[in-house]
Amino acid sequence: MGYPHPPHPKETVVLSKYFGDAEARTFDGWVKRGGYEALKKALGMTPDAIIEELKASGLRGRGGAGFPTGLKWSFMPKNDGKPHYLVCNADESEPGTFKDREIMRWTPHQLIEGCAIGAYAIGAETCYIYIRGEFTEPWKVMTAAVAEAYAKGALGGNVFGSGKRIDIVLHRGAGAYICGEETAMMNSIEGKRGNPRIKPPFPAQAGLFGMPTTINNVETLSSTSHILTRGAAWYKGLCLSNPKSTGTKLFSVCGHVMRPGNYELTMGFPMKDLIHDLAGGMRPGRRLKAVIPGGSSVPIMTAAEAEAALCDYEGIVEKGSMLGSAGFIVMDDSTDMVYEIWRLAKFYAHESCAQCTQCREGTAWTTKILERILRGQGKKEDLDLLLDLSDQMTGRTICVLSDSCAAPIVSGIKKFPEEFEAYLSRAKAPALAAV
Amino acid sequence: MSDLVNVTIDGVQISVPKGTPIIEAAKQAGVLVPHYCYHPSLPSPAVCRMCLVEVEKAPKLVPACVTTVADGNVIHVNNDKSKRARESVLEFLLINHPLDCPICDQAGECELQDYTFQEGRAGTRYGDYAKRYNPVEDFGPDVLYVANRCILCTRCVRFMDNVAGDAVLNVSERGDRAFIGIDPDHKLDHPWAGNVVDLCPVGSLISKDFLHKARAWDLDKTASVCTGCTQGCNTMIDTRDDVVVRLRPRPNLDVNRHFICDEGRSDYRWMNRGDRIEAPLVREGGKLTPTDWTQALDRLGAAVKAARRVVILASGRASTESLGFVRRMVDGASVTAAIKVPLGAEAPLAGVPNLALRKERVPNLAGASLAGYGTDWSAALAAAKGADLVVVLDADLDDADVAALSGAAAVAVIGTVDDDRLAGSALILPATNMAEENGTYVNRDHRVQRYFQAKPAPGMARPAWWIAAEATHAARGLAAPATAADAFAALGAMIPALAGLTYSDLGHTGRVVTPNAAGAAR
Ligand SMILES: Cc1cc2nc3c(=O)[nH]c(=O)nc-3n(C[C@H](O)[C@H](O)[C@H](O)COP(=O)(O)O)c2cc1C
Ligand code: SF4
Ligand code: SF4
Ligand code: FES
Repeated sequence: MGYPHPPHPKETVVLSKYFGDAEARTFDGWVKRGGYEALKKALGMTPDAIIEELKASGLRGRGGAGFPTGLKWSFMPKNDGKPHYLVCNADESEPGTFKDREIMRWTPHQLIEGCAIGAYAIGAETCYIYIRGEFTEPWKVMTAAVAEAYAKGALGGNVFGSGKRIDIVLHRGAGAYICGEETAMMNSIEGKRGNPRIKPPFPAQAGLFGMPTTINNVETLSSTSHILTRGAAWYKGLCLSNPKSTGTKLFSVCGHVMRPGNYELTMGFPMKDLIHDLAGGMRPGRRLKAVIPGGSSVPIMTAAEAEAALCDYEGIVEKGSMLGSAGFIVMDDSTDMVYEIWRLAKFYAHESCAQCTQCREGTAWTTKILERILRGQGKKEDLDLLLDLSDQMTGRTICVLSDSCAAPIVSGIKKFPEEFEAYLSRAKAPALAAV
Repeated sequence: MSDLVNVTIDGVQISVPKGTPIIEAAKQAGVLVPHYCYHPSLPSPAVCRMCLVEVEKAPKLVPACVTTVADGNVIHVNNDKSKRARESVLEFLLINHPLDCPICDQAGECELQDYTFQEGRAGTRYGDYAKRYNPVEDFGPDVLYVANRCILCTRCVRFMDNVAGDAVLNVSERGDRAFIGIDPDHKLDHPWAGNVVDLCPVGSLISKDFLHKARAWDLDKTASVCTGCTQGCNTMIDTRDDVVVRLRPRPNLDVNRHFICDEGRSDYRWMNRGDRIEAPLVREGGKLTPTDWTQALDRLGAAVKAARRVVILASGRASTESLGFVRRMVDGASVTAAIKVPLGAEAPLAGVPNLALRKERVPNLAGASLAGYGTDWSAALAAAKGADLVVVLDADLDDADVAALSGAAAVAVIGTVDDDRLAGSALILPATNMAEENGTYVNRDHRVQRYFQAKPAPGMARPAWWIAAEATHAARGLAAPATAADAFAALGAMIPALAGLTYSDLGHTGRVVTPNAAGAAR
């Protein structure tokens, strides 16, 4: 549901069905709503059968990259005698994205159940849930829920009498966006600086503490219980467009819309309806100007592109961007695109882990150039310079934070050149104080 | 040969073992891949992104330092795409760099300077923004951190973490505010910490000892061996106008990889001592009088010929050649020969097997033992009493040692440093110190290693082996070698373990020999 708003009839509420329902936070409340049936079912299945079911469902990672979940789980070695780990990525720091937060706030047992299913399927006894440091309320809710799950036998040395051990360790982040990147997260859990690692080795070979590890997003793991109880065919059937994008997805919509919030939609839902109908459209007298659909790390879409796009992995790529984390930043015609792009670049410059030269220096330099443009001190060669720097920052570094900084810049200059020109020609008054 | 893969690098075809990183394969093809964070003695984090190269059919440029070769790879290090990527990394590295090369000790041997000259942009596109500024930090006994020059390659951090096992350095802060930090409760004072100065590819970590001493391009470099202990780390002696100004490690993967300890690094000032014996002195009417080599050698020859009981007090810093020829000089007499072995605390370098600053603080303990020298110094001093002749071979004598000499009938000194306390000797002959001669040391694993002459000898000083061989010639008519190479080749007759070996067999990294009973018993 579009919590804090009542559900919209066009939503397909699966994950968000109990958002706003305080009783669902408790173990008994969750069981009353059909919770933990999936975990019990899973414990009666072989891990391979679970993985096959997930593959058949078409579920893809909800953390940004959209990697098929069943396939990811199948990469874990079998009978290798090593401890395996599941890591749940609850760092949700992507600008404009706030879906995992709501899952943890309202349905903590939905996530715990998904984690337990995942752990069992990949042969792990321990699952770390890495929760963004600033998420104080989700942290409290998750802490209470995990304690309750242990008390009720859903976690611990003998999960629901199956003889299986599944432990969940909550790990609190310390406020670094980069720790949401999976290998940085592993370093962070190990107590090291949260720097992304080079791949190979991939986490399934050598991940957390050097052991085979799978990392999944909160929403990904939360989806698994529904797939197990209602079946892969049901999930696969939740598809309005491309059969490679299945199920429901939580879309966080923020910015210049009348009803910002989370909306759970079947994959392939028209973006136009999401923005103009479900999210309530623009403020009176305002027109849609641009959308960044995947958190802030993807190319900017123009209004025309956004209104023509279907909300799934392929549909958004077709219109020049990416689904990413499905955090929609919606901007109306009051928006100064140069300013917004500068603000994003500043975010990446602040969050770069500083390992890679292009990222460390490029994000900061880019920010300075945009700042100068906004101060009315830009030079006409600045746009070419920005594009050239972005080119050098793309596809060159250990992780894609660098590429993510470049994406909105390149698309912004390409799609809104007149806004840059206005500053460069001094036609527009400076937006930042000159120094 | 399924363990070999065939690759083409810049048009050169080579076969290398599976698993070889591209950067090392390229080396074998004679192609240098410019790099900063990669170092063959450290784990590779692939952070600087300087080594990006194009591999045909790969979707992106790949880091050559961590990407291993695959059979059939066609790799381009110097095509436009790879060069453009490097040019861009250089540009990014330079925007915050102070460009203070004129006052930087690294200038002339700086990898940032070198690659920028080689293939960087001629001008800057950064404009007039302020550069990042952090003050200079005092990291430890010999290391200063000039943060503004740092390119954050993390070599120093990895050395301390992974090699020294003393993780006092870290990367602090994020983004372009990042710098190398030090644990506030610690200093960079690990016994091997000085290596971070050599590892730093730029002038960010610099040695206080070498601070503003010389410009890199004015230095002459000579391959040598550390005299600090029995490990025998390979070194480079840097001289400026014939003055030794710095010692640095010289790579030898079997002995010291790329490292030397701080004690060895700082142990060079004695090489520059000015208070030297410069001419042969012989006792003439009760007085030491300067003379020429002919007369001096005749006197020494006569002294050894007449002596029945001889004691040799030698320095463990003497070359194998000198120890061998001095010992041969007194053949026929009853001889007690010993070197003095100062002891100190052992300090291993955790990350490199069999590498430590060793307890025995002399370089040629094994060579001396092969040449028939013991280490029982007090026994040798006791034997000096009543000896016909004591030969002092550059030994570092304390007052008790000097007092013991008075019990001998005669003392002949072959030495480097002028010492008033030895004014009662019959002969004092000027010898070269190790920086002034060619020679060999034998390390604790019986690796025979060469060192080369780094600066001229003062006055009439000659290598001790030459003095001993010429005196032996004068006394007994035995042929004397003319060069250090001849002297070494002739050692085989005295030390069976060295039989048949020549300088060219030793190369620049030495040769391990098997000490046999005959050699040790002599
Ligand atoms: C800079 C950066 C930040 C990221 N932040 C997050 C995050 O906050 N939450 C998340 O789930 N994934 C994040 N990811 C993606 C993860 O690396 C990883 O792909 C994901 O957690 C995998 O889970 P999934 O397969 O279930 O999507 C981030 C990636 C990058 C490069
Ligand atoms: S791209 Fe940026 S954030 Fe990612 S590893 Fe490199 S420096 Fe760190
Ligand atoms: S101080 Fe030198 S070695 Fe250390 S990170 Fe900086 S440039 Fe690299
Ligand atoms: S040398 Fe390869 S990335 Fe630094």
